[in-house]
Formats: sequence, structure tokens, C-alpha cells
Amino acid sequence: MSPSRTETSLLWLLRALAAIAGAITLLIVVFLLVEAWPALRSPGFTHFLSDEAWFPSSSTPQFNIAPMVAGTVAATLGAMLLATPLGIAAALFCRFYAPPALASGFRRLLELLAGIPSVVYGFWGLVVLTPLIRQWAPPGQSLLAAVLILSLMILPTIALLSETALRSIPRSYLQGAAALGLSRWRTISGVALPAARCGIASAIMLAAGRAIGETMAVLMVAGNIVQVPDSIFAPVRTLTANIALELGYAMGGHRAALFVSGLMLLVLIVVLVTLSDWIMREEIHG
Amino acid sequence: MIDHTSPATPSPACEDSQGLRPWAQRRACCANLEPCIEVRDLVVRYGDKPALDRVTLTIPRGCITAVVGPSGCGKSSFLNTLNRLSDLTACCDVSGSVKFEGQEIVGTDLDLIALRRQVGMIFQKPNPFPLSIRENLTFPLQHHGMKKRADREAKMENMLRRVGLWNEVKDRLDAPALGLSGGQQQRLCLARALVLSPRVLLLDEPCSALDPLASAVVEDLIASLRGDYTVVIVTHNLAQARRIADHVAMFWLVDGAGTVVEHGSAANVFEAPANPITAAYIAGARG
Amino acid sequence: MAEKTTRVVSGGFLPPARRGTDWPDRIATVLMWAVALLITAVFVWIVGDLVLQGLPHLSWEYLSAGPEDAGRGGGIAPILVSTLLILAVCMAVSIPLGLGTAVLLSEFGRRNQFFGRLVRYSLDVLAGVPSIVFGLFGNAFFSITLGMGFSILSGGLTLSCMVLPLLIRSTESALRAVPDDYRRAAAALGLPVFTALWRILLPAATPGLIAGLVLGIGRALAETAALLFTSGYVDRMPGSLLDSGRALSIHIYDLAMNVPGGESNAYASAVVLIGLLLVINALTFRAADRWLHQGITPV
Repeated sequence: MSPSRTETSLLWLLRALAAIAGAITLLIVVFLLVEAWPALRSPGFTHFLSDEAWFPSSSTPQFNIAPMVAGTVAATLGAMLLATPLGIAAALFCRFYAPPALASGFRRLLELLAGIPSVVYGFWGLVVLTPLIRQWAPPGQSLLAAVLILSLMILPTIALLSETALRSIPRSYLQGAAALGLSRWRTISGVALPAARCGIASAIMLAAGRAIGETMAVLMVAGNIVQVPDSIFAPVRTLTANIALELGYAMGGHRAALFVSGLMLLVLIVVLVTLSDWIMREEIHG
Repeated sequence: MIDHTSPATPSPACEDSQGLRPWAQRRACCANLEPCIEVRDLVVRYGDKPALDRVTLTIPRGCITAVVGPSGCGKSSFLNTLNRLSDLTACCDVSGSVKFEGQEIVGTDLDLIALRRQVGMIFQKPNPFPLSIRENLTFPLQHHGMKKRADREAKMENMLRRVGLWNEVKDRLDAPALGLSGGQQQRLCLARALVLSPRVLLLDEPCSALDPLASAVVEDLIASLRGDYTVVIVTHNLAQARRIADHVAMFWLVDGAGTVVEHGSAANVFEAPANPITAAYIAGARG
Repeated sequence: MAEKTTRVVSGGFLPPARRGTDWPDRIATVLMWAVALLITAVFVWIVGDLVLQGLPHLSWEYLSAGPEDAGRGGGIAPILVSTLLILAVCMAVSIPLGLGTAVLLSEFGRRNQFFGRLVRYSLDVLAGVPSIVFGLFGNAFFSITLGMGFSILSGGLTLSCMVLPLLIRSTESALRAVPDDYRRAAAALGLPVFTALWRILLPAATPGLIAGLVLGIGRALAETAALLFTSGYVDRMPGSLLDSGRALSIHIYDLAMNVPGGESNAYASAVVLIGLLLVINALTFRAADRWLHQGITPV
């Protein structure tokens, strides 16, 4: 091919743009590493789990982030437990139970729920949900509130992606089941869900990623006390909330410690994204 | 290389069973059989899968050459190598030699834009651009350096008349081309190819997506190109090949790859096929 | 197993719920409807609460005045301006980057598969990075290393990194959805790739491009965590792109968490934010519709 000169230069321009876009990820990793390096070197990574407490800015700083990790894990697991069945049920409702007009309306509603900014969810949780929980079991700002708000936020993700997966099942599978005289629920549990399992699993992975990374909503409702929660009504602080709360005034080793927790979040997300990619690829090849 | 230029034994002026012009008279339109495209030992592979194996063929200038054969024997792949459209297909590997007016076009670093300007192509499914009828013809002209608007408009009208579309669309030149019927769209595509004054036209089953009436109109149009253009037409429809072709190349799947099993003048291939495969195929299609 | 079909059901091809003996089926049906009702109820609760509490505080003054008393009183004019400026910076950077990358991936990906795969994987990871990590990066890179400080520029650039994968993915799939017939026709006519791209492929992909743009704008407007440490909190009217400016989402956060008595104005700001999202959504889809009706793209 002997393209004209403008064409060649345009192609190089595109390559340059794509290289910039691709390099952003690298740049993020590099900057997190550079900023986290002092903390990784001088107290060492094991300190983040073996220190006695989180006193990052005292004269003898302590960097135990285990409580924050526990908070993130507890809030994410709780939200997944709640949102996964509800989300899949919502997808099934949309696909198999609702009459067509209602189904498209319900889908639109899920899209709107997915589009509400996280700070608005957090605000609503703060002024509506936590007072309700407080009446039941003070102080209100708690792991439970975080779990509820998080599950509300990831439910539309699970529902919409699962619905897409269900929609891509070949129609002949369902017709085959119907021809056997299976009831609707048996068709769903025996044919539809197994056929869409990869898409649904991938949806759950992506939702888990979103729950782990969510900052604002959790920050506003979880209470943010550094402790391993002993009950569902106890206030917790997650890794993301910790960064948001402390980066503003953090200096030196403290700042580096926050970047270490950012790096941990990044690694977690990379694992989840790779896993979800792998599941989808399995489906294509298997 | 099979020498197809040797004057076909003046077969008894066989009046075609479909009442068309006799072979002899048809051949008169392109009597001076100079080669326009010479294909030699052409091999096309998609990854590991061979599509064409050692195709050798000469396409005479000014004639209509029909490429016939069953599905999947590489007819379209063959056509795509003649204007290097095969470059668009991923992992399509072409080797051998294709000479267009004496210039090698396989594997060389030639000006593809100039080549494709001289070798026009029509596809199976009509594919006008999602622009207006007018823009479909003027946009390529404008791009190829026809600066004056009046020139472009004149050329457009000329070509729309040539394909018999002018009276049908002259009042709605600015309407979207995709609003035309299938047959009209295909004729528009033909006009769009002709507007660049190519020397060769490649037609990839141009009638197979059309209804019988539209198909007949397009077919007549193609027949009228004889003499002005070198036409290579891929077709499944043997009756169509019989009606319009001067030369026929019969493709067949041999050992998993397509190749030419017989070619020559239409009269020879249809009336006195030398290859038993060709004979059976033609007889089968007839019966 | 005698049953009567009582109505033609949804999904179209699954048997209707059965009466009588099949308990699992009946329970499942009831559960599905219950879940759908629950979700709808929560949605109505949230939106109803926001609208009922927020609308009474909305007025022209609220939109046109500056905040007073840490936001308890006054309006949100400078905050709206900052929000729009951040959005403008974000889009000005991410649209060319996104368009260029998407075109390269979809139209030229074949020529250099390794490079394409690398870029795509990196974008997949980028799409999953938590927003607070973008905040960390933006703070370290744009604010400190590049010396932009807490500024609208720094916030907008951080957001552009964030919406980039979204824009690229939607643009790429819009371009891939354009029939290959057009590419082949253009190539067969000897039209250069970029001419075909500019005149044929991009116009045909416009509705998809606009949908992607709306998604990107939505994400940028809704973002809070990435802006906390890049564009900052200052609620004055910004004088330049290098001034700190408070985005609407940060305003809501600040009023709710740090300003006792700021609740009612937080409600009003939340309504404005959601309203803004809906308006942009509606406007751009209207534009896409008009485009369609001009007959430039296949219907």
C-alpha cells in the first residue's frame, strides 16, 4: 500500500493518541508505586498487617490497615450477598415474567437507578436510612447502612448485565424446554440460568469491583471508625473512605501509606477484571 | 497456461436455445482478444486454509468473462485479488502473479487508489453509501480530483442515464440513496463505479440479491457494457452466464482449494466442455 | 396437570405460570414480582424523597446566587460554573483521545494486533480502577508533579482519564456496528481510508457516538471521589482554569457531611445534579434523533 502523505501522518497521529490512552494505566501504576515506595521500603509491607493500630501521623507511626481491609471485605461481601439474588431476580423478571411494556419500563428504571450519582446515594443514605437504623440500633452510621447502600448501587449493574446475558441465550434452548412441557420456573432454573451462567458470573465480578471501589456513598453512611466490626450495627471504615478522609492532610509516611492502600485496591481490581475477562472468554471457547 | 486465444473452432453457429444472439455474433464484439488481466499460479490462503490453488487464467479486454462454479470454490476470493480488495481481509495471504495491463499487482507496492480507480467493483448486496443519491456519485468524483461542480453534475447525469436511473430519480436526487429499491440501488452502485471511468468492472453476483424483474434489468445493463469495459462477473446462475458471457472460467474445488478446471469461450465451455466435471455441472444445472 | 392459560404472557415463548400443583413455579412467580415491586418501591422512595425535599428550595435565586454561610444559604452559581468548566476540560481532552484510539482499534487494529491488544487490555483495567485511585493519581501527577495544584484543570484532566475507557469502548463498538459493505464499497472506489471514515463511517456511527458521549458526561458529572483532591473545595466563582473550583457533587458531599444544617440545600443541589443529568441525556438523544431523520444514517 502506498498511501498519501497526509494519510500516513494521520495514521501516526492516531497511533500517538492511542499510545497516550494506553499509557495512562501505566502512568497510574507508576505514580502509585513512586508515591507508595517510601512506605513500602521503610516500615515494609508486613507492617501494614502486623502493626498494632492505625496511627499514621504520630511520632512513632503505626500502619495497621487490617481494620480497613476488614471493613471493605465485610461491606462488599454483605452487599454481594444481598444484591446478587435480587439483581438476578430482577433480570429474570425483566426477561421472563413482565409483560413486554412493563419489562422495558422496568429496564429503564434500572438504568435510571444505575445513573444516580454515588454521592446522591450517600446523601440519601445519610439523611433517610441511617436515622431509621439509629432508631433500631444506634448509632445508625454502620456496616449495615453501608451494605444496604452498596447493594442498592450494584443491584442495577448485576440486573442489567445479567439481563443482557439472558437475552443472548439462543431462543431454541427455551423453545426446546417449552416443547418438553417444563414449567416456567423449571425452564429458568434448568435451562436459562445454566446457559447464561458465564455472563451472570462476569456481571457479579464487575459489580464486586464496583462495590470495592465505591468511596463516597460508603464514606457518608458507614461511620468511619477504625475498628474491626464486631456486629452489623458497628461503624466501619473502608480502604477507600480512609483515603478520602485522610489524604487532605497526610504528609510523608502517612501519605505514602495511603498510596499503598490505593495500590492494593488497584491490584484487587486488576484481579477481578482479569477474572471476569477470563470467564467471558471461557464461555466463547467452551 | 491454457491458450484460450486460439480461435475457438468455429463451432456450428449454434443458435442459443434461449433465443439469444448466436455465439459467433457475440464474439465479434470483442474479436481482438488482447489480454487485459493475466493471472498466473495465483494462490490465496486464509491463515492455514487454502482458498485458491494455482489459478491461471487470462481475461480478454472488452469482453464479458463469467466466473462460474459451485459455492465455496473461491470465486469471490479470486475477484477480490484483482483489485487487491483482499487486503481488507485479515490474514488473507495472496501469492502468484496477477498482471493488469502488464503491471504486476500482487505483492507489489503499487498505488492501490489508482488501481481501484481503474478496476471498479459491484457487490452482491447493493451497498450505496448512506448519503443522498447525488452525493453517492459526486463524492467519489470530488475526491478523485474533479474540482468543478458542473463537471461532476454532468458526469453524474450522464452515468445515471447510462444505467437507466435518471428518469426514475431526477426529481429526488437529494433523497437518501437507501430509500431506493434493491434493483435501483444496484444500478446506482453500477453508476457509482462507472462514474470514475474504470477500465475493468468486477461484479460479484450482482443479481443474486434482487428479484427476477430487477435482476433482468441489471443483467441487460451488464450485457450493454460489452466492448466498453472489461467485465468479470461471478455468478451462480448458469443461465445468466450463458446469456451474457463471451468467456467462461469454470472453478471447482480440488483437494480442498478452488481452482480453474476449464476456461475458454462461452461457446466452447457450454456446448463442448472438455472437462468431465464441467460437462456434468452444466448438464446438472440444465437438467 | 390440568391448567388453563389465563393470559398471553411476556417473554413470549415460556409457558405461563401454572395453577395448582406446581408449587416451586408458583413461589418463584410470586418472588419475582415481589423483587420487582421492592426495587420499584425503593426507586420511588429515593426519587420521591429527593424531589419532595429538594424542589421547594429550588428557585432562580438558588441557581444564580453565590453560596453564603458555607452553603447553608445562598445559591450555587459558582459551583455550577466550576462543574461545567471541569466537564468542558474533561471532554475537550477525552473526546479527541477517545475518538482517535477507537478509530485506530476498530479500523486499523488488524495491521498491528499486538499494539491493539495491549491498548485494549490497558483500557479494560483503566475502566475498573476505583475513582478514589484516580483521585490519588490525579493529585500526585496533575496537581503536584505537573504543578497545577488544586485546580479545575487538574480535576478535568483526572476525570478525562476516567471517562476515556468508556468513550473508547462505545465509539469502537459504534464503528464496528457500521456494515462492512461501506468499507468495501469505499475501498473498491479507490477512496482513501480517512476519506471514507470522515464522510461515511463516522456519520453512520453518530447515534452510537452520541450515546457514548452521554454516558461519559454522566459519569463525569456524577464523579466526586476523584475530584476531592484534584479540583478542590473552593466555592468562589473561578477566575481561570487554574483556580480551584467546587463541583456540584462535592458541594452535596460537603453540605451533607461537614456543614450542620446544610441538608435542605444539599437536597436542592442533588435535584439540580440529577436534573442536569436528565437534561443532557434528553438533549443529546434529541440531537441523535434529528440526525437520524435527516436520512444521513441508515434507518
